[in-house]
Formats: sequence, C-alpha cells, structure tokens
Amino acid sequence: MAELERSYEKYFRQNRLPHLWCPGCGNGIVMKAIVQAIEKKGLTQDNTVIVSGIGCSSRASGYMDFDTIHTAHGRAIPFATGIKLARPELNVVVITGDGDCTAIGGNHFIHGCRRNVDLTVVLFNNNIYGMTGGQASPMTPMGGKATTAPYGSVDRTFDACALAEAAGATYVARSTAFHVQHLTDMIAKGFDNKGFSFIEAMVQCPTAFGRRNKFKSPAEMLKWMRDHSVMKAAWDKLEDVKKGEAIGQGKFPIGLLYESSGSELDYDAAYDQVIERAGGAGK
Amino acid sequence: MTKARLMQGNEACAEGAIAAGVRFFAGYPITPSTEIAEAMAKLLPQHGGKFVQMEDEIASMGAILGAAMAGDKVMDATSGPGFSLKQELIGYAACAEIPCVLVDVQRVGPSTGQPTAPSQGDVMQVRWGTHGDHPMISLCPWSVRETFDLTVQAVNYAERFRTPVILLMDEMVGHLRERVELPEKVEVYPRRSPKKSRAEGYQPFEPDEDLVPNVANFGEGYHIHVTGLIHDDTGFPVGSPTVTEKAIKRLHEKIDRVAEEIIHTESYFMEDAEYAVVAFGGTARTAYESVKNMREQGMKVGLVRLITIWPFADKIIEELAGKVKGILVAELNYGQVVHEVRRAAKGQCPVLLCGKYNMKSFEPVEIEAEIEKMISDVEGGRA
Ligand SMILES: Cc1ncc(C[n+]2csc(CCOP(=O)(O)OP(=O)(O)O)c2C)c(N)n1
Ligand code: SF4
Repeated sequence: MAELERSYEKYFRQNRLPHLWCPGCGNGIVMKAIVQAIEKKGLTQDNTVIVSGIGCSSRASGYMDFDTIHTAHGRAIPFATGIKLARPELNVVVITGDGDCTAIGGNHFIHGCRRNVDLTVVLFNNNIYGMTGGQASPMTPMGGKATTAPYGSVDRTFDACALAEAAGATYVARSTAFHVQHLTDMIAKGFDNKGFSFIEAMVQCPTAFGRRNKFKSPAEMLKWMRDHSVMKAAWDKLEDVKKGEAIGQGKFPIGLLYESSGSELDYDAAYDQVIERAGGAGK
Repeated sequence: MTKARLMQGNEACAEGAIAAGVRFFAGYPITPSTEIAEAMAKLLPQHGGKFVQMEDEIASMGAILGAAMAGDKVMDATSGPGFSLKQELIGYAACAEIPCVLVDVQRVGPSTGQPTAPSQGDVMQVRWGTHGDHPMISLCPWSVRETFDLTVQAVNYAERFRTPVILLMDEMVGHLRERVELPEKVEVYPRRSPKKSRAEGYQPFEPDEDLVPNVANFGEGYHIHVTGLIHDDTGFPVGSPTVTEKAIKRLHEKIDRVAEEIIHTESYFMEDAEYAVVAFGGTARTAYESVKNMREQGMKVGLVRLITIWPFADKIIEELAGKVKGILVAELNYGQVVHEVRRAAKGQCPVLLCGKYNMKSFEPVEIEAEIEKMISDVEGGRA
C-alpha cells in the first residue's frame, strides 16, 4: 500500500531532490498535484513537456522527470506555444508564478488565452515575488506588505482567472494548496480541455509573503485558504450584495470558473484547416 | 534550376528558409522586414509547416525556440527595434544551444529611427546586443540570389553548431528586385541527434568531437532539461566557477575553431590593387560600381566584400592591410565595422571611414570621391 501511495515518485528526478524551496513552501504541493493529474489522465513522461518561466515556482521543471524547459522570466507561454504547434501530439504543461505570468509575461498570457493553443497553464499564486525576496506582484493584495511596498501595496490586484476568461481561455479554474485533491481534479480536467486551460493554484510562501503579512506559520496560511475559499456552486448561490461582502472579507471562489461550450477549435485544429486550404496537408 | 523569376530580397530569404527545411516561423511585422513574414505565412502551410504571428518580438523569439526544441527548423525576421527586444532570448538560444535563424533587415536608428530608410547600423548590436559572453555568427548578402543562398547557409550553420545565426540584411537588398533562378535542391544540414541511448549514459549537453552537443528533441523519450542558466553536460544548472568557465569557453571555442571555414569574403580587382575598399551588404554593390569606374580610369583600387560579418575576417584584413597603402571602409552608419578593420589591420596602413547616415544609400560618386581623397591624403603623407 505504501508503494502504491507513492506511485507519483517516478515522475520526479530523484537525483535533483531534495528541492530548494523553503520549509513550508506550497510549491511542492502544486507540483505533486500536477503529476498526479498527469497520472490520472494516463499521460506519460514521454509525451509530456513541462515548460516554466523564472521564479521559485518555475524551478519545478527541474525536479520533474519529463522533457522540461526552464525558459526566461515571463516567456514560458510563447515557448510552450512553439512546442505545441511544432509537435501537436505532445501534452504541454506550463508552470508560472504570479509575477512571471501577470507582470512581465502579462501580454503573452492574454494572447495565449486568445489564441487558444492547447496548453495547460498552472499559475502558482503566492501573491509575491518569492525568488527575488518579496517584492510586490500584480497579485499582491492591496494593502499587503512587500519589500517594494513597505507601507502596503497601493496597486490594484489582478484577478488572473477573470482575465483569462475575458481573454479567451477555454477552461479556467482556481484551487489552493489546502485543497489538494480538488486542485488535482482541476488540473486533470484542464488536460481534458482541448484548448488553453488555465488553473490558478493559491500557494503559501511563508518566507517572502507570510512573514511580512502577519501569518505566523505555513499552516496558518493554509488555514487562511480554507477559510477564505468558497466552492463555486456555493458562490454562485450568493446574492450580489453577499458576494460583495464576501469579496470585502477577502473571500474568493474556487472550482471550475469557466468552460467554453467546446465548439471552438483550438489553434492547432484551426491551423490544420489552413494547411489543408494551402494544399500542404500530408507533407 | 527553377524558372527565372523576378523576386525581392526578402522573398528570396523566405524561399531559402523553405528550401533549407525551415518549417516554423513566428514573427511580428516591422518595416523593412515584413515581406519575409508575409512570404512565410504563404509558403509554410503549403509545405506542411506553420506560421504564427505573435503578440510581439519577444513572444515570436520564444515561440521559435520552443518549436526548435520540439524538432523543427525555425526562423524569425525583424528590424532594429524588434531585434533589440529579442536580445534576451538570443542569449538564451546561445546558452541553451538552440538552433535558430533570425533575420535583421536593418533600418535607421536609434529607436524607431527612420522606418523605411536603409542603414547598416546594427552590426555591433548583432555582435554585442545580448548580455554576457557568447560568440555570434552573422551573414550579410548583397544580392537577391545571395540572400537565398545565405539563408540556406544560416539555417545549416544554426543546425550544425546549435547556435543562433543572424542573417544581417539591409533595406537595399531586402527590397531589391532582381531576376533570379533558384536551385531545385540545396544541401541541408540535418538536425543533430543523440549518439547514445539513455541507458548508455546519454547526456544532452555533452559535446561531440566538434564541441557541439547532440541535444535530443522533446518528445523522443530522453527527458532532457533545458535552461538558460549555465549548466553542465547533464543540462542542469551548476553554480561552480569551473563549470561556468568551461561552459562559456566551449560556446566560444565551438565557433572559434571553425572560424576560417565559415568566414567568407570576396575580392574584386584586388590582384594589383594599391588601395582597397571594404564593404558589405547593399553598400558593397555601390562600392563595386565605384571601384569599377575608377579601374576604367586606370586607378589601382579594389574591393573586399565581407559576406560573413561575425566572426570577423581578422586574418583576411590583416593580410590585406599588409599589401595595400590604404583601406576605406564604406558603411551606411556613423562608423562600426571600420573599428574592426582598424583593429585587424594592426596599424599596417591607414584605415578610413566612408560613412553615411542620412536615410540615403551611397551613390558611386560619393565612394569614388572618398577613395580619391584617401589616395591623395596617403600620397601626400596626410593619412
Ligand atoms: C528579465 C528579468 N527580469 C527580472 C528577473 C528577476 N526575477 C527573477 S524571478 C522574479 C519574480 C518571481 O516572482 P513570481 O513570478 O511571482 O514567482 P515566485 O518566485 O514567487 O514563484 C524576478 C523579478 C529576471 N530573471 N529576468
Ligand atoms: S521564497 Fe516563498 S515561494 Fe520561494 S521557496 Fe521560499 S517559500 Fe517558496
């Protein structure tokens, strides 16, 4: 039984472990959820490519035993686009941080959604720049402390899921490091979607965010996620006034937030038609 | 040979890419390079390849690098402002040894400069634009047919040395229309592939005898790791001075050791020349006219044309400087290659600049006047 429970271990490069993340960091939880989702969907190590940007979370690519590419800061989605278009048969997973995805890579994120390339993008949202030591990110809550926001952040915060949906992603979900099983399911369903799938995974960063924002321990950060997340079905039942109140209390919906009807072609399928029209099919 | 066609330099570049096996192009439009993207958008799907117009130059560079790692031969084209944006990922390609070709059809700068006007002002950006140390291969055509040939060669060099190669064009050649016949078939360098299996201890960045690694493509079951961090033969980052030194040195040496083979120049009227013009790209066409005209008047002048811009033709220039009384470097900028020629000439003869940066290409008479001035200065002991 013990072996069975650890079946996911084969997905990691044992000679690269232990990882370099801080004790209590949530990145490992999401990394494990990704491989469990890969296993659940019967995807293999040979047909999956992991693409990451730069940041603490993006280090995950080095630990995962697949073809992996650790690209430049913010550029994971363009690299992934090239990989997927060149080899549509590959399952391409993108790992990105909140700064990586929404700041430096913001434009690529929007256009990745718009293009609807068949990628599964997992955003590790720790609300901060972890790797560079705790600077504010576009997803740092207003008033949250960061080294570059010592008096509390004045910048308004992105809702990456709403952004993804508006930009044309065909699958959008959110979960947290507290809800491991749920997170795994959300990622697995993302693999089912033939098109751009976006999953925001809330993670705790005790070192760069927690310490500065009055979270005493990683466990407390996980409890915060438990207490502030509301399942999508329950969220939808709230009246608008109540929703407003909930948002005011820092609450947020988790679950499958948006899924297209499935009638849209992903970029590859659409491009196949272009090749057909150009007379290049079968070449 | 195919039927003769009237074709633009930019179109010939696209044709060359297709002939060399390029099957993926990601781009962002910018004058005067746009026709390359337009031609690729048309040609690639006809050959089962893909064209994608990305949101900006950075994205297109990222996309071609991803596609290259997935096994496709790739190209992207731009001009100065876009080229600057791509620099970070050009460095990534150099460090991670990803084969790719990037075309820079130069325009006047700095900044947005003069979008539609010819210039040769990116020579140094091509060489030194990225951060850190890595070598660069850059080729510079002067005709439509040569644009085709050098594009093929650029793709082949990229694949052979697993490095970014820059096809450095200028607006004069990019927009030049000439009657060309293209070859039916060209020689193509195939993608390098692993010589060992994983079980046999394959290491993706272990250099072959020619110092170039045989990196597996994604999806072939090797589970490789690719990074822009300095890495060892396994492909994983190592924060050690020894590994860093070795890695940077190998990147340079894999090109340095074949430099003589990949440095191409052409000489015209040089047999008994006492003075030489050094020029490249579109400017070399004008310089050719100038030199020819002056030969007709009995003056002993010749032209050395640089085809490979980087690595620089040090030996050829050193030899040249030992033979002639003076060298004039004609280039459409405030003076870039002239510094390289001076360095390589090692003080053996005066090296003067004939520069121009007013949106216009050279007229033959302008270069002739500068050659005459050089001759009278040298003969009069003033240079
Ligand atoms: C072009 C560029 N700019 C800045 C950096 C420095 N840098 C590295 S990681 C990072 C931010 C990381 O934050 P995030 O994406 O949220 O990931 P995390 O570390 O929190 O997981 C920055 C700014 C870089 N590597 N490249
Ligand atoms: S700084 Fe934060 S995100 Fe980075 S490893 Fe430490 S806890 Fe994790």
